[in-house]
Amino acid sequence: MEQENQKLLNFLLEKHRAGQLKPAERYNIPPQPMPEQVPKERTHNVNEVAQGYTETQARLEAFRCLGCKNTPCVEGCPVRIKIKDFVAAIADGNYKKALDIIKENSLLPAVCGRVCPQEIQCQQTCTVGKKFKDPTKAVSIGRLERFVADLGLAVAGTATNDEELGTSLVVAPETGMKVAVIGSGPGGIVAAADTKRAGHDVTIFEAFHKPGGVMVYGIPEFRLPKSIVQKEIDTLKKMGVKIICNFIVGRTRTIDQLMKNDGFDAVYIGVGAGLPQFMSIEGESLIGVYSANEYLTRANLMKAYDFGKGADTPIAMSKRVAVIGGGNVEMDAARTAVRLGAEKVYLVYRRTEKEMPARIEEVHHAKQEGVDFHILQSPKRIIGDENSRVTAIECLKYQLGEPDESGRRRPISIEGSEFRIDVDTVIIAIGNIANPLIRQTTPGLEFNKWGNIIVDENCKTSMEGVYAGGDIVLGAATVILAMGQGRIAAAAINKYLAEKRKHHEQGL
Amino acid sequence: MPHKILIKKQLSDDVFFAEIEAPLIAQARKPSQFIILSINNEYSERIPLTIADANPQKGTISLIWQRVGKTTTELADLKQGDEIANVSGPLGNPTHIERFGTVVCVGGGIGNAPLLPIAKVLKEAGNKVISIIGARTKKLLILEEQFAQVSDELIVTTDDGSYGRKALVTEPLKEVCLREHRPDQAFVIGPAIMMKFCCEVTKQFNIPTQVSLNTIMVDGTGMCGGCRVEIDGKPKFVCVDGPEFDGHKVNFDLMIKRLNAYKDMEQKAREQYSKHRCKIGLDK
Repeated sequence: MEQENQKLLNFLLEKHRAGQLKPAERYNIPPQPMPEQVPKERTHNVNEVAQGYTETQARLEAFRCLGCKNTPCVEGCPVRIKIKDFVAAIADGNYKKALDIIKENSLLPAVCGRVCPQEIQCQQTCTVGKKFKDPTKAVSIGRLERFVADLGLAVAGTATNDEELGTSLVVAPETGMKVAVIGSGPGGIVAAADTKRAGHDVTIFEAFHKPGGVMVYGIPEFRLPKSIVQKEIDTLKKMGVKIICNFIVGRTRTIDQLMKNDGFDAVYIGVGAGLPQFMSIEGESLIGVYSANEYLTRANLMKAYDFGKGADTPIAMSKRVAVIGGGNVEMDAARTAVRLGAEKVYLVYRRTEKEMPARIEEVHHAKQEGVDFHILQSPKRIIGDENSRVTAIECLKYQLGEPDESGRRRPISIEGSEFRIDVDTVIIAIGNIANPLIRQTTPGLEFNKWGNIIVDENCKTSMEGVYAGGDIVLGAATVILAMGQGRIAAAAINKYLAEKRKHHEQGL
Repeated sequence: MPHKILIKKQLSDDVFFAEIEAPLIAQARKPSQFIILSINNEYSERIPLTIADANPQKGTISLIWQRVGKTTTELADLKQGDEIANVSGPLGNPTHIERFGTVVCVGGGIGNAPLLPIAKVLKEAGNKVISIIGARTKKLLILEEQFAQVSDELIVTTDDGSYGRKALVTEPLKEVCLREHRPDQAFVIGPAIMMKFCCEVTKQFNIPTQVSLNTIMVDGTGMCGGCRVEIDGKPKFVCVDGPEFDGHKVNFDLMIKRLNAYKDMEQKAREQYSKHRCKIGLDK
């Protein structure tokens, strides 16, 4: 296969150099599949499932790009990466250039290349996919982004000077202004990098003992290796960003104290939406009922999958698991349960597969790994034994009615359709809402009725010098949207601080 | 930022005290708040402990814990000068303190440690403080002297009668409630079962009772719900809604069962650790 690919690549390169590569020939290049661990093996380990393109595959895939003048793909990217340019650089074999182009707009390409829902972003609008009337045949922009990012991380691990690390790390001379970034998730990382580049003294405050937010506690190792997140964070440290862990803004210090006592000139709030919602049904307090957040935090951050082999944090040793919901978090929880040795994992979702918010790829992977999909069903109550341990869920069957405000068809329960599924563990993943801590401890900051911070188009809050973005503003969204907001907020902070500085200087 | 252990003492057979460096927490901390610590960065679990005391000038907080499982044993094995990798806090809501009149503070076992700072500020707020502190046996009784200092009246009990009065704390509690001038407010901290029975007593006398719940926790910041309890039939998170609740509204039976969720695994971890300790013999 690799040999055939190489032959095809050589042919394409020759044509390309001669300037004779036609769109029709590009259309003929087969979409490159992602090499993966086979399901039978990968369910017994936590290693990454998707193993990344080879160089030949990456270049072949890159040659599928038509280089459209109007770049519809860029319109689909929340941080507007110059996709056409970096893909062309990969086709040319100029990987460093490709990475530099990406890093102009995105600091976390190894993460986003892996976890972005490209099929509803950059790849949804790709002309190649449109031509085939099949979004899965679009140019695999995410996989290409990941390919160069991984090469870059390999270099960064050994690089000793800024030049090798790339132009994205260049920092302006010190301004003497201090910026506090609350939360070290994807939005906070971008806000910190962008304000640091402008020469400010930047400190990230993180409540957990490890930085990375959902990238370390939520998204599992088999989808996003933690070493990759760590390397991206090391890049921040190399730029001079300070990271303080175990610091809970609102408790350890309030925002007011950070600004008045600790001298921070501006604050970015990127604390996410971390408060899990429960369903308010009978039996939710039984032993064996988890929020997906708890289940994934125990498994990922605390490495409960290594309990008994060094790790101290326990997790349910489940045989039969029901995961409630249909998003990426549910797929992550279900696939984690498989890896923790569950014999049977049910995914219970009240709409149909078509309405599932989870990525197609994750749904596909979950099915390959034996997760049993129960669609148009939802639990009515959770049943336990005399020791308050879960023994079963009682579900109702559903049918779809008219579309609701979100455009999805509303699920309607069918009366009298109750049936039981025997399980010993239930993982509830029906969504997260804003944590009330900042709200309770920051008088003067305005929130909407869902507890999300109200901001203007520049991510500015109702408090002078305080900006916010990501899930605490949007409600639970995606990594890349959080990054997009971190970028907007950082630009606004940089502008605000430049003016503040000017005032100071005039005042002196 | 690691946290150095400046002072470490053994208070009783299985109860230990440590004063550790944590300047930011020392400044911010109020009674009844707690911290979450993990001993090292990679494989240690996160456990909640109440802040027993703090010295903002010195930048230290005091912790008191009972050796019950792997992590508390490992913590007890640390020495003066050793470091704890992660301490985060202060967490939870501070106790609501006001001038209630007469308050009865009931502590059981290790619960005496979180109760002491509350009794102290209650006294400072002008309350008449009656403290009832109990332990299974004399060797496990802690902080008697400190309670004597902050209480107008102190009653000490042991289950086996090896010290003080031979009784469960509920007995003197009931007597105090029967007095002509009954307490206006009760604070109860200890094992869940003890809090349950104390609340049954105070409920008979309609005495408002605050309890401090000690559920299983992971993050301690409200993001997982592992610590959830039923208060008045509704789920609440102990780490952000508590740790203090109206004791008459807590579903203690469910809470007690949930505390046992990982019993087997806890046992396994403890055995593995003690086996490991013995093998190399360096702990001797």
